[in-house]
Amino acid sequence: MEKHKKIVIIGATSAIAEHCARLWVDASPVHLILVGRNTAKLEKISDDLSVRSPLSIIDTQEANFIDPHLIGQLVDNIATKGRIDLALIAHGSLPDQSECQNNLTTSHAALTINATSPVLFAEAIAKHMQEENHGTLAIISSVAGERGRKSNYVYGSAKGLITRYAQGLQHRFANTGVKVIIIKPGPTDTPMTMHLQQEKGSLADVNVVSQLIVKGILQGKPVIYAPHKWSLIMFVIRCMPQFLFNKMDI
Amino acid sequence: MVTISSWGRLERSTHDVRSLSNQISIIHQLQDSDVGIPFGMGRSYGDVCLNPNGVLWKTTNLNRFISFNNKTGCLVCEAGVLLRDIQRLFIPRGWMLPTTPGTQWVTLGGAIANDVHGKNHHVEGSFGNHIKRIQLARTEGLIIECSPSLLPEWFSATIGGLGLTGVITLAEIQLKKTLGPWLDTETISFTHLNEFFQLADDSEPDWEHTVSWIDCLSKQTTRGIFMRGNGSDSDHSQSVRPHDQKLTVPLTPPISLINKLTLRSFNSTYFNLKKRHAGKKIMHYEPFFYPLDNVKNWNRIYGPKGFFQYQSVVPRKVGNDAIQAMLQEVARSGNGSFLAVLKTFGSRQSLGMLSFPQEGVTLALDFPNKGEETQRLFQRLDAIVIQAGGRIYLAKDARMPKAMFESGYPRFSEFIKYRDPGISSAMSRRLMGS
Repeated sequence: MEKHKKIVIIGATSAIAEHCARLWVDASPVHLILVGRNTAKLEKISDDLSVRSPLSIIDTQEANFIDPHLIGQLVDNIATKGRIDLALIAHGSLPDQSECQNNLTTSHAALTINATSPVLFAEAIAKHMQEENHGTLAIISSVAGERGRKSNYVYGSAKGLITRYAQGLQHRFANTGVKVIIIKPGPTDTPMTMHLQQEKGSLADVNVVSQLIVKGILQGKPVIYAPHKWSLIMFVIRCMPQFLFNKMDI
Repeated sequence: MVTISSWGRLERSTHDVRSLSNQISIIHQLQDSDVGIPFGMGRSYGDVCLNPNGVLWKTTNLNRFISFNNKTGCLVCEAGVLLRDIQRLFIPRGWMLPTTPGTQWVTLGGAIANDVHGKNHHVEGSFGNHIKRIQLARTEGLIIECSPSLLPEWFSATIGGLGLTGVITLAEIQLKKTLGPWLDTETISFTHLNEFFQLADDSEPDWEHTVSWIDCLSKQTTRGIFMRGNGSDSDHSQSVRPHDQKLTVPLTPPISLINKLTLRSFNSTYFNLKKRHAGKKIMHYEPFFYPLDNVKNWNRIYGPKGFFQYQSVVPRKVGNDAIQAMLQEVARSGNGSFLAVLKTFGSRQSLGMLSFPQEGVTLALDFPNKGEETQRLFQRLDAIVIQAGGRIYLAKDARMPKAMFESGYPRFSEFIKYRDPGISSAMSRRLMGS
């Protein structure tokens, strides 16, 4: 039997990550390592994936997402058990912007979980991929990181950091066996965006977003906008002169 | 607030849609909520899934499988899993849904709450006959687990219970062994209602699936197409599954495309086309069970005012006369129906207090919404159904009078004891007063 592809998902309880995992096990049996903060949630996802793909190997791993030392240890542990073919770093949380402005602790937590934590995981994984000269490292950023705007700039700045960071990784691994992929979903209908009631109609379907991500990773695209239309929309937003941008209530 | 309509598109009303996202937090979500109704794919036709200006608890994110026993075929999963996902995942492994409605774009919870039926009712009964266990989340904070042996009265209230006894969060269903995705099918044309009944009687012992389409505008007699099928062991591995949704109705036309000018020729063309291609052939289960799933948004063809579906069942002994009388009323009104479906129900008893199927014959008719004119036709059809001792399918109803509901569903007074006081739909207010 051919050896299962080894896929590590950090933040495996995120809705986008879970749907990507379903698509991967649907395509062929794989070895999945689901890393998350909540064991009960991880177990439910693991049960679901096992029913979908009895031949896949599904491991779950509860982890600390903040402590650099523990993050390093966790990744070393996973990597020493066999080289990683694909890692998806998917965790994040959408804070309330006004809450961030009024409470520095909220801002701090948002920056830690959306920026520092994914970078630490990516750096730890990149080290092993470099040693093996093998692997694909996909990181979920966001279209929110393309230009700061008043309604969500704390979250946006964290995601902007992820984008810049991943660009640096892409530069570092150019012309090697390691591939780095930046994923920029638009607003997607997931539990994370549940409170955005008024925008419900404009949220993308998580199935569609995940399909685009899985397809983009397979094709090895350096940047994946999901849905694609955000590539054009964000191009316009980035190019917009300041005086016009300032008139927009976004 | 989001604008939602059900499959019949009769009414577009705003709803406060809240996604139920995981088993752990459902109880809190329900307790924190105003009165609502669970909502899956919105494939029921009338007002059973609507709660205008109120809360809808969307269940489609509760879509995880929990366990599957490959030896027994017992599947446990969350209520928002689609029948399509069950079929696609398990048919290649030799298991399938024991019975399925005419679309696979429905949730497991919706299929239970409406106790749906399929082309094999005469063999397998209705959907609820195959449910082994249900978990309900009640708005007052209780979780109730019920089965045919555990709290059987709760089970019986919840099968076909229209989502009113609590939110179905997960269920255990007995799948059925299958030889594969193919069916041996046969299509036969008939030109008289008696012929239909003869075909049904002759087919039932040897054919698992039977259904027929009828041309309700044909002049003197009732002509139609009888289809029957059995699971096939033929190996068509070279053939692939038909592609997903090739066709779509991209927008709502300003008037119904089904009208007096078009219908007669639609029906005639369809009848003659099917008649020409009559005979035996091997078919994939998807086009056989779900012919309309291939046309995305087909419900738009009835125009901006939407359409009604009138599905009734009448006892077999008066079936021939009652069906004949209904078809005459329809022909006389000139408001023909394109999707006219006739099917005999077998003797297997449905478990739900409000389950629709009963031994007899069921007729389903679609009518574009033409206001008063359509309502008058329904009153005449109601009279025939009531006199025959039949009833109307709640999953499709948007207008039946309260008295007709009470006479058609005599266990209704027993049912109301199990209602969740925090759950109410447009239909429950219309027919049950709250």
